[in-house]
Amino acid sequence: MKLLIIAGPPSGGKTAVIRQVIKNLPEGSLPAFLKIDVVHATEDQELAEEFDIPVKKIYSGDVCPDHMGILVLEDALRWAESLSRNILIIESAGLCLRCTPYTTYSLGIAVVSAVSGTNSPLKMAPLLALADVAVVTKTDLVSQAEKEVFRESIRKVVPKIDIVETNAIQGTGLRYLLRRIADHPDIGPDQIMLRGAPPLGVCTVCIGKKEIGWKNHFGVIRPLDMPEPLYRGD
Amino acid sequence: MTEQFTLTIQSGKNRLGEQEGFENIEIKPGNTLSIVGPTGSGKTALINDIETLAQGDTVTGRRILINGEEPPESFVREPAFKPIAMITQNTRCLADLSVKEFLLMHIRARKPGREDLLEETIALANTFTGEAISLNSRMSGLSGGQTRSLMIADALVIGDTPILLLDEIENAGIFKDRVIQSLQGGNKAVILVTHDPYLALTADRRIVMKNGGVASVIEATGQEQHLIEDLALIEDRLHQIREKLRQGAAFSSTSSKVLMTPTGQGLQLNRV
Repeated sequence: MKLLIIAGPPSGGKTAVIRQVIKNLPEGSLPAFLKIDVVHATEDQELAEEFDIPVKKIYSGDVCPDHMGILVLEDALRWAESLSRNILIIESAGLCLRCTPYTTYSLGIAVVSAVSGTNSPLKMAPLLALADVAVVTKTDLVSQAEKEVFRESIRKVVPKIDIVETNAIQGTGLRYLLRRIADHPDIGPDQIMLRGAPPLGVCTVCIGKKEIGWKNHFGVIRPLDMPEPLYRGD
Repeated sequence: MTEQFTLTIQSGKNRLGEQEGFENIEIKPGNTLSIVGPTGSGKTALINDIETLAQGDTVTGRRILINGEEPPESFVREPAFKPIAMITQNTRCLADLSVKEFLLMHIRARKPGREDLLEETIALANTFTGEAISLNSRMSGLSGGQTRSLMIADALVIGDTPILLLDEIENAGIFKDRVIQSLQGGNKAVILVTHDPYLALTADRRIVMKNGGVASVIEATGQEQHLIEDLALIEDRLHQIREKLRQGAAFSSTSSKVLMTPTGQGLQLNRV
């Protein structure tokens, strides 16, 4: 089984990239798809109808979606395996961009749009830094110079990252991503681990407690004049 | 690489699924080609195919070869090796940077270590535009014409590639004649999408688009020379009127005669 983890901000073109990937997978590939979102997503149904592949969706509700993704990933692999699938594609919700949902053995793909501003790669540094490939979408909407400056901005964050530029609606330029996927090895025998430690604020805010002020919360909390967060609770 | 090369466009299919009206188009340094056709006929898609060095992976299925072969991956993926500069129709730049930061980042991508090109680029851009661009302006605050002028100067100075693609440079109110003069230097292959009759006719070859594909390729045989000369005079007159208008002139019916007199200072357009 191959594992592809696709992350990036909302409306950056993740699903358009996934569509092209599924359409152009090497012969013999049997993909399954898992979408993780907070409150609303229709990608799973769209992909199921378009490609007739098994799909699953999970809404994280009050919990951080990347946190949720990490918890369900192992079950999702079992699910795909039980259906005799050989490639699992996971699409993250793409919210605060501080998390790095990529794991060992997976191919980590960060999808960012060329129209998201030159400094956006800096703002989503962890999401890019631990990815294997940065796919830059919507390159047809900017000038060549701007596209190249955006690329330079990604290089500033991760000098060696593999950058693939595309108009994902048409699939232009994705041949390099598809080659990378084809060459990517299956999951090996060791325990699958996260590549980085995400800043998961596991606290009572995460589970929907709305009061402001640290005195009203448990878990990892932080008063204003304290230099480091601290853990409050059992 | 810059001295000797041939760029080949191998035909694909139009929107109706029909093979395009050519087999191969070969383009060498110094050649100029215009691309004409109604809106939606696939002009921009054609230069996009060239810019991305398509290998059958776009809707048209065209392949672009360099020196008869599939270009090395670095030509496609590394701006520093890319032999193609393209000036798109975009008249907005979304980059949240100053002009100086933008150009320096582009120099780093295209010509590392050549920070000296900064001044040259901005100086050239300011010959194309009416209101000068300053290095401290924000990219997102430039006008359409300023953005276009800067992108053309950027392609010529920082890109400085053997192949230059231009998408409708006549728009956005920039000094077209000066742009054309700048393009003529340096033995480049110039491919331009245009709705401008003069620019279209003065190219060596004219690619005619229809239904998303190339319908035909017309070679300049010299038979259109008379028309080109007529157009040059019309261009000259239009240029004078446009500039007077832009300077705030008002016209009376008797002044039209003055405007019809060639001044000899208008366009000095040679063959593009």
